[in-house]
Amino acid sequence: MQEASLSLNKYEEDFDSLSSNNPEWSSDLRNKAMDTFREIGFPVRRKGNEKWKYTNARPIVNVEYSSAKFQKIDLDDIKLIAPWHESWINLLFVNGHYQETFSDNLSTNIQISKMASDDLAVNLTSNVGGIMDYSDDGFAALNTAFMSDGPIITVPEGENSGTVINLIFYNQGLSGTVNYPRVLITAGGNSIVSVIENYVGGSGDQTFTNSVSEIYVGEDATVNHYRLMNETDDTYDVGYGRVRIDTNGAFNSRSFFRGCGIGRYDLNVSIEGENASCDLQGLYFTNDAQHMDNFINIDHVRPNCQSNLFYKGILAGRSRAVFGGTVLVRKEAQKTNSVQSDKNLILSPHAEVDSKPALFIYADDVKCAHGATAGNIDADTVFYMRSRGIDLEAASRLIIYGFAGEIIDKVEIPELRSYLAESFLTSLPSHKFEF
Amino acid sequence: MSNSKKLIEIKDLHVSVAETEILKGINLSIGLGEVHAIMGPNGSGKSTLANVIAGRPGYSVISGDIVYKGSSILEVAPEIRARAGIFLAFQYPVELPGVRTWQFLKAAIDAIRKGNGQEELKIRDFDKFLEEKRQLMEMDPDLVRRSVNEGFSGGEKKRNEILQLALLDPSLALLDETDSGLDIDALRIVSHGVNIFKSPEKAILIVTHYQRILDYITPDYVHVLVDGKIVRSGDSSLAMELEEKGYDWVKDTADKEVTP
Repeated sequence: MQEASLSLNKYEEDFDSLSSNNPEWSSDLRNKAMDTFREIGFPVRRKGNEKWKYTNARPIVNVEYSSAKFQKIDLDDIKLIAPWHESWINLLFVNGHYQETFSDNLSTNIQISKMASDDLAVNLTSNVGGIMDYSDDGFAALNTAFMSDGPIITVPEGENSGTVINLIFYNQGLSGTVNYPRVLITAGGNSIVSVIENYVGGSGDQTFTNSVSEIYVGEDATVNHYRLMNETDDTYDVGYGRVRIDTNGAFNSRSFFRGCGIGRYDLNVSIEGENASCDLQGLYFTNDAQHMDNFINIDHVRPNCQSNLFYKGILAGRSRAVFGGTVLVRKEAQKTNSVQSDKNLILSPHAEVDSKPALFIYADDVKCAHGATAGNIDADTVFYMRSRGIDLEAASRLIIYGFAGEIIDKVEIPELRSYLAESFLTSLPSHKFEF
Repeated sequence: MSNSKKLIEIKDLHVSVAETEILKGINLSIGLGEVHAIMGPNGSGKSTLANVIAGRPGYSVISGDIVYKGSSILEVAPEIRARAGIFLAFQYPVELPGVRTWQFLKAAIDAIRKGNGQEELKIRDFDKFLEEKRQLMEMDPDLVRRSVNEGFSGGEKKRNEILQLALLDPSLALLDETDSGLDIDALRIVSHGVNIFKSPEKAILIVTHYQRILDYITPDYVHVLVDGKIVRSGDSSLAMELEEKGYDWVKDTADKEVTP
């Protein structure tokens, strides 16, 4: 425990030195979050802690991090590791700091402010921290206390011109640094917006990305949310998505994990209006000694709502994946229609997945289904393809690509879909399903 | 037996699955231009015969040989057999989630073309070719865009098998219970596809429990397989006789065995 307390001291020092630079509006929020962090610390005890049962946070918190500063970068390097398109609004954050020179001019009806601004409108500042409940979560409390920069995206009522906002959080990989991206998206009534969050970068040195995104989906609004993780194996990444959906709202999430040392995405969607829906789909590909934990909660609060939770994993090497999907249907949430499934393709005898779909139903008139599979490909599948002249390697590739393609095909932004098809599929390992 | 050129010769073939002998000495020669039907009751080994020729793993050849185009193929991988012109229409076509039908068909055609020293088919030529054969099989255009066999009806799956036969244009077509689960319209379409394939340069082996498909595809030879052995061979009239009298009749008269 001595190690852990030593680490916390370091955060205390950093908090004191940072607080003078931070905008006035956030000081209350930060101070409260820091108090919580002092009280609960990091979730390193796993016994009896269902939320962190299969992921050991100790390697992440044992490093003494200092906040990352900006250093010179080349935009072309960023474009190699993240999607970028002229028709999108592209915003670049390097080590948590907004990079104006490399970001697009913001000619849109959508208001985009910076978290680091001193002069934010009062209604914006009150919404930051409005959804993320960090009371029992040390990492989320830490992000709230230290949040660096990030966009505050406000989509006006009725704005539905199909704007795509591409957020790139690039971690330069400066040894022993941590960055705390923070996002707030508020979609007004009847609006439509697509937001891509990219967590990319890292180096051969240990770094840590700790992010929180809060998303509010207004009445009749649609938010299409894409989240891409593509970081080096020496990067740790603990991220949160907190979503509230109002009446008739729709939240569509597509999450793609391609790499980092220990990764966790904790997504919590609260369906708080009638006739609302969420469709959460994800694809994770873990290799070598990587570890990825998708921890997802859907809370059906109101009646007549739908949720779909569909994740797929491809595991190679000695990697490990965790899928914890929990759907809660409250007593009032009659006529809920909920489906969840997690399917895994395991390419190596040394890889492991812990898949735990769970369902808690307190209403009596609902339609819910859940399931999980983990396995290899059966002999019939491979023989069928070989009997058509396709050799073992090509057959295996078709199977793996097909498995991943089922999620990639669900990406509705054409440029992003082709980017993922190209970059994700080509990163998959060559493999032979032999019998 | 005709004097046509032999495409495949099965010689005293004994095959076991998990220590149990299924085929107990099969002798069968199929010449170019010929249509053979293997009939028999459930569990007689007729599907095993088709699958062993195609090279399905899980079967052990204990003794005997399969000579195709003059060479033994027992040690040859299934994809190499396919490239050499052996095609098996599956009794239970496999679903390939996420693999689009057109993508799978393109991969198969290109694999076979490359195996024969040809270039990959240009996408435009492929599209044209696929469209022509799709219409022949009266398949819904939507099906070729969907995952292979996923959510297809039983009849659509079987039509997809014959679509592949038409596209891959093999020398030897093995039809494993292609008629099972087909309604009369689907049977007509499937049979039409097979009859178009039929030519003096090809051969067909139909494995079936029922005589029904043979009303549409007339066999030159009919063989009755009982308990791993061909107990009787004859022309297409044998199939009619079987339909009338049932398999017990051949079992009882198995001593009248005729070797083709």
